[in-house]
Amino acid sequence: MYSRFRVPSVWREMGQLQREMNHLFEATGGKRALGSPEFPAINLWANEEGQFIRAEMPGIKANDINIDVTADTLTISGNRSHDEAVENTRYHRQERRYGTFTRIVQLPFMVNTSSVEANLKNGVLDIKLQRAESDKPKKIAVKSE
Amino acid sequence: MAKKDKKALEIPKQEVIKADEMERTRDRRCYIPKTDIYETEDEFILITDVPGADQDSVDITLEKNVLSINAFVDSEIPDGYDRIYSEYEGGDFQRSFRFSDEIDQNKIKAVVSNGELRLHMPKAEPAKAKKITVKAA
Repeated sequence: MYSRFRVPSVWREMGQLQREMNHLFEATGGKRALGSPEFPAINLWANEEGQFIRAEMPGIKANDINIDVTADTLTISGNRSHDEAVENTRYHRQERRYGTFTRIVQLPFMVNTSSVEANLKNGVLDIKLQRAESDKPKKIAVKSE
Repeated sequence: MAKKDKKALEIPKQEVIKADEMERTRDRRCYIPKTDIYETEDEFILITDVPGADQDSVDITLEKNVLSINAFVDSEIPDGYDRIYSEYEGGDFQRSFRFSDEIDQNKIKAVVSNGELRLHMPKAEPAKAKKITVKAA
């Protein structure tokens, strides 16, 4: 009797605790994933009309960035090039990373692919996407009789 | 392999640790910018990532061999939008380095482009080329 019921109840309590913890973290606001493993890290804003995506991409020229938009995915790809090696160079520290990158973002709604605006300023990339007309929510009038 | 490379490119931002209980006057987060420093025969080159800052918002001071970099970033949040997903926080950048005397402090050049600050620090004359030839007895 003792062990048979006591042990499962501990697991139940732990499960309950875990659910409460998850709930606590989820309750602190929108979806947060600070410290993404992918480059570039993005921030995303939205309203009914469209979306706004911002990414920090220091040291990358506009020519080295490719943006592709299909109906509901956005792909940011490119290359961060390294300084040309000079002879007899000695590194003291190297914290910045180089190479090619691809970032695919699943969008929450269909976008109008012909009206995408992308702007790179001081190493910060801003992308503005318009929601497709066909995808916009329709207002339904309620009639009274 | 390609996937590995992509992951290696992103390192989360690291916040500046407050020293001596001192606080910044600006109510913004402050991060340590990622920096490369290398040395060629004639100069030291420092490259640091300050996305969002331009030539007017970067302050560089050199005092007693301590080079301090401050970049102030004012990124306005787009009007009429709600933030729905976030992987990084915007903020200022601050970092200091101690350099030796071998830099010609009057000839330092700084350029900001594409959110990248580049400092060229020429070596002082006596520090250059001190190669000692070893002769066989």
